[in-house]
Amino acid sequence: MMDNGFSSPRKDAFPVGLRVLVVDDDPTWLKILEKMLRKCSYEVTTCGLARDALHLLRERKDGYDIVISDVNMPDMDGFKLLEHVGLEMDLPVIMMSVDGETSQVMKGVQHGACDYLLKPIRMKELRNIWQHVLRKKINEVRDIEILEGMESIQMARNGLDQSNDGHLLCGEDLTSVKKRKDVESKHDDKDPGDNSSTKKARVVWSVDLHQKFVEAVNQIGFDKVGPKKILDLMNVPWLTRENVASHLQKYRLYLSRLQKENDTKISVGGIKHSDSPLGDSANSFGTQNSINIQQNDVSSRSCGFSGNSLLVQNVEPRSHDNDRKGIVSKIVAEPKRALTVEVPDPHKPRSSQMEFGHSLTSSASEVNYAEYDSNFPTKFSWWEIPQSRLKQEQKPLHLDDGFSHLTWPGKQQHIQVDYPQPAPPIISGSSVTGRGMGGSVKIKPLYDECRKNGSQVSSTESTIEASHVQTKTYKVNHQTFEPISTNTSSLKNQASNLRCISDLESAQKNINWGMSPFATLDDDFQVRWVQGDCYAMNLGLENIDFPEYFDRGLLADVPTHLYDAVSFDYQNLYDPTECSLIEQGLFIA
Amino acid sequence: MDRRHLRQQVTYVRKSLFDQGYLDDQFMQLEDLQDDANPNFVEEIVASFYSDSARLIQNIEQALVSRPVDFGKLDDCMHQFKGSSSSIGAKKVNMECSQFREYCCAGNIEGCIRTFQQIKQEHATLRKKLENFFQLARQAGQAETA
Repeated sequence: MMDNGFSSPRKDAFPVGLRVLVVDDDPTWLKILEKMLRKCSYEVTTCGLARDALHLLRERKDGYDIVISDVNMPDMDGFKLLEHVGLEMDLPVIMMSVDGETSQVMKGVQHGACDYLLKPIRMKELRNIWQHVLRKKINEVRDIEILEGMESIQMARNGLDQSNDGHLLCGEDLTSVKKRKDVESKHDDKDPGDNSSTKKARVVWSVDLHQKFVEAVNQIGFDKVGPKKILDLMNVPWLTRENVASHLQKYRLYLSRLQKENDTKISVGGIKHSDSPLGDSANSFGTQNSINIQQNDVSSRSCGFSGNSLLVQNVEPRSHDNDRKGIVSKIVAEPKRALTVEVPDPHKPRSSQMEFGHSLTSSASEVNYAEYDSNFPTKFSWWEIPQSRLKQEQKPLHLDDGFSHLTWPGKQQHIQVDYPQPAPPIISGSSVTGRGMGGSVKIKPLYDECRKNGSQVSSTESTIEASHVQTKTYKVNHQTFEPISTNTSSLKNQASNLRCISDLESAQKNINWGMSPFATLDDDFQVRWVQGDCYAMNLGLENIDFPEYFDRGLLADVPTHLYDAVSFDYQNLYDPTECSLIEQGLFIA
Repeated sequence: MDRRHLRQQVTYVRKSLFDQGYLDDQFMQLEDLQDDANPNFVEEIVASFYSDSARLIQNIEQALVSRPVDFGKLDDCMHQFKGSSSSIGAKKVNMECSQFREYCCAGNIEGCIRTFQQIKQEHATLRKKLENFFQLARQAGQAETA
C-alpha cells in the first residue's frame, strides 16, 4: 500500500487508488471503514481526531482526493472540519453519522458536504464516492471560469474602450441583459423553490455582487479574510455567511490559478503562441493540456462517460488561426468508462453530456495531469488566449479558446464580452461551446454558461448558490442553457453574458449536443456535471471547423440567435445519438 | 465432535443469533469483509468494539450519576455508544440505545437509568454469545485442518 496518502494522483484507471482520508473518533468504525475502502481499491489513511486530519491535509495539499468524516468528533465539530477542508483544500467531504435527522443532514449539506452517509455504512455507498471527486473537479473548472468571466466583465465594464464595435456592443448588451438578469435572479434567488430538500436560497453572484465581494476582500486584506468579515463589509442583507464562504473558496481557487497562469505565462511566453505544443490546428487537440486543467486532477479521469468516447478535445478550435492554443483541452476519449452517464434522459441529458466531456477531460486530465505541467501552462491559456485573440479577431475562435478550457467554444462568449484585456478569460463555461463543431456538434455552449453560472442549467433560472455547487441540490439548477439570450442564467456568473455570445454561435450550430450537463449521472452529479461537461464538450467542438460559426456574426446577433437556439436546444438536451455524432465530429484530431 | 457436526453447530448458532435479533445486517457486512488478508476480521472488530465500549459505558454512567443531570451530555455519550454498537450490528443493544435517547429527550432520568441497565445487560449477553460463536468457529476450522 502506498504511503499515507502522500502520493501523487494515480494514473491507473480511476477510481482505483483514490486517496481517501477517513476521520472518525470511533476506533471500531475506523477499522471497518478502512477495510471497506481498501476493498474498493482505494488508498486509505485513517485519523482519530479532527485536528490530526487537518494537519495531514495541510501538510500535503495534494495528498488526498476526498475526505470522509464523522459528524461527532470530540475535539472539533465535524461541520467545522468540513468547512475548513472546503475552504482550505477544496476537497469533497462526505459526512457520516448514526444520526439521520433531517436537520443534521441539512446542516451538513449547507456546510458544503457533498454527501451525508448514515451509519451503519454499506460497502456500496463507499464504492461510489469517487463520483464526488469527479464532480467536484468539473465544477471547479466551471467555477473558475465563471469567476474569470465575472472579473472580465467587470473589467470590461470598467472602461474598456475597445474599439471593437462588436465587443462593445456585446458587452453592453450583455451587461444590460445581465443587469436585468441580476435583478430577476436575485429575486429568484430569494425564492427557494427548488426541489432540494435544503431549500436554500440560491445566490446569484452577479458582477456587482462579486465586485462588492472583491472590494471587501481587498479591504480586509486577503490573508486576513474570512467569510464573516467579508459578509459584514459587503452589507448585503440577504446574503448568508455560507454563501460568502463558498464563494470565497472559489475565489481563492481562481486566484491561485491566475497566479499559476501568470507564472507560466511569463515563463512560457504566453500560451497563446501558435506554436503551442498543442498544435495550432485544432486537430491537435488532444493532448495537451487539455484543459482539464482543473479537472485534471480529477481523478475522475476515466470518468467513463459512457461510452461516448467523447474525446472532447477541446482544443482550441483555434486551429484556424494562430495560436489559439490555449485551450486545448484534450479530451481524451475515455469513452467507455462507465461513468454512468446517463445521458439519454432528456431531462438529464445534460449531465451525461457533461460527462462525456468530463470523462474525456478526466481522462485527459489524467494524462495531462502529469504532462500538464510540462506541456505548457496552457492550462491557463484558456483564458489568456481569448483575450488577445479577441481583439484581433473577434472571431469566435477566440471565444472558444479562451474560455472554455473545456472545450467548447461556447465560451467564446467571453470574447465578445470584451475582454479587452487579457484578463482571465471568462471562461465561464461557455467557451466551450461547441462552436467548433461545425455544425454537427451541437455544442452546447450552454454548457459553459451553465456551468458556472451555476450550472444553472435549468431553465428556471434558479441560480444556484455557489455553495450548492457542491451539493446535490446543485443539480437542481440551471442548466442554463439559457444563457444566451437572457442571461437568464443568472448570471451568477457574468460569464453567462459571455456565454451568450458563444452560445449563440453554438446555438446556431445546433448544439443540441445535449450536453446538458445537467443530466448528470445521478442526482449528485447532475449539477456538477453540467459544468464539467460543458467544457469537455466544447473542446471537441471547437476544433472542428469553426469558420462556419464565426461567420454567423457571432457577436452581434448572437444573442437572439442563441437564445432561440439555446432554448430550443435546451429542450433536446441530450440525445445520445447526437453525442456520438458529435463525438465523431469532435474528434477531428 | 467431528468436523461436520462442528460446522453444523456453527451454522446453527450463527443463524440463531440473527433470528433472535441479536445481530443484524451489519454483522454480515463484516463477514463479507473478512478475507485472506484479514482472516479474523470479524473477531477483531468485535474485540475492538468491546474494548472501546467499556470506556463509553463509563462515560454514560458518570453522566447519569452527576447532578444536576446534563441531558445534553447524556445524549452525546449515548450517541457515541450507539454509533459504536452499530458497527458490529448489535441489534438489541441498538434498540435499547434508541429507547434511552427517547427518555433522554423527554428528560426522564428514571427511564434513562432503567434503560441503561437493559443496555448493559444486552451488551454483556451479546458478548458471551459472540465469544461462544467465535470459539466454535475456531474449533470447526481447526477440526477441518486436523
